[in-house]
Amino acid sequence: MKKDVTEKNPNSSLKKEMRVRPIRQGTVIDHIRGGQALNVLKILGIYGTTEAVVSVAMNVPSGFLGQKDIVKVEVRELEEKEVDRISLIAPDATINIIRDYEVIEKHRVVLPERIDGLVRCNNPNCISNTNEPVISKFMVNKKPVELRCVYCDHVISEGIAEHLI
Amino acid sequence: MSRHIISMKDFSRDEIDFILNKAREFEQIAQGKKSSLLSGKILATLFYEPSTRTRLSFETAMKRLGGDVIDLGAIESSSVAKGETLADTIRVIGNYADAIVLRHPREGAARMAAEYSKIPIINAGDGAGHHPTQTLLDLYTIMRESSLSDMRIALVGDLKYGRTVHSLAYALSLYHADMTLISPKQLQMPDVIKKDLKKQGASIRETANIEDVIGDIDVLYVTRIQKERFPDPAEYQNVAGIYRVTEELLGKARDNLIIMHPMPRVDEIDPSVDRTKYARYFQQSFYGVPVRMTLLAMAMEAI
Repeated sequence: MKKDVTEKNPNSSLKKEMRVRPIRQGTVIDHIRGGQALNVLKILGIYGTTEAVVSVAMNVPSGFLGQKDIVKVEVRELEEKEVDRISLIAPDATINIIRDYEVIEKHRVVLPERIDGLVRCNNPNCISNTNEPVISKFMVNKKPVELRCVYCDHVISEGIAEHLI
Repeated sequence: MSRHIISMKDFSRDEIDFILNKAREFEQIAQGKKSSLLSGKILATLFYEPSTRTRLSFETAMKRLGGDVIDLGAIESSSVAKGETLADTIRVIGNYADAIVLRHPREGAARMAAEYSKIPIINAGDGAGHHPTQTLLDLYTIMRESSLSDMRIALVGDLKYGRTVHSLAYALSLYHADMTLISPKQLQMPDVIKKDLKKQGASIRETANIEDVIGDIDVLYVTRIQKERFPDPAEYQNVAGIYRVTEELLGKARDNLIIMHPMPRVDEIDPSVDRTKYARYFQQSFYGVPVRMTLLAMAMEAI
């Protein structure tokens, strides 16, 4: 993951941008493509019954994306695998790690060249969808985001979120 | 050169040319001249799906080169019926043989097998996926019976499910062939494959009628519409028997046209065409032997 320079006084700018109160500790996922916030929550395993404090902003006007979603999860910092999954459905997302109301780290997600074990192949006849001891593997095309199965060559170009494991 | 043979995409144009030229050298042995090139070597054939000519031509190729063949036998009576995974079968057979020829109903099976195998895997068809040895023998047939340069070829039939045509179209794009794809709408080549071909710089046209192009092509490659690949039997019934190459149709053909078919055929080429100067499909099935000899010799590092 590529690290950006930490903003000097990020709280005020974030505050203005986010339209929701700052958090003391946790992760702010910003610049999620409009409509993908609920899929990000799914990736993070956050469902209706969660005890985590979560704020979601959807369809916020954004100069770059047109509309963006924002997800704030208090206390929690994301694992690399979770960030990789998020990159597949929100390739422009930025991850802000907050401690004591300060953004201590901010970076854009980076699409990996290859992803292993994160997505199920959409070809029901693929060897990776059997009882063989094999995990799914995909080569990632970045623009547009497309996944090509290493085993059967099938391409997933739409609805990647539906195929997340 | 020892390696797995999984997909045409693993080969460069130079490597394909090397194989085709080597196959030419093996033709005499394929016709019966003695050879002991692979003497002492054992080939294992694992066919999880029925096959006649692919299995027999691999066995012939191995035996003509002085090697031996062991066979997994019928799936129903093997360890597979007891629930053994392909990954386990491959690792066990790897202790017995020097190379494995694998046909499997699942796409990607050969690629996965290669990950588990310490001996070379030769893909003899994985579901609707790849069938590189068929493609190489098709190219060889074109080289021997026509020409691989400036070739105009029409691929006819099931271009959606037919694995041979996907591999072949990809390989033809390496030779800058002018391709016409002939199929009913519901059996057109998948967009993702066409996109790949165009990326290679291939020139592709599509039509539903053989008559549209029969006077303009050098090679007519006919495929069977395979009932077993259709998820929906009603879809098969709608297109079964839609193409039939007849002597009458060939009235407009160019003199140097050759007709190819990976076989078996059902009714897509009328038997009367067999007698015409255009028919090359039986010759094509013979060419499977020298091409597979070359691949076996390469896989077992004998050339």
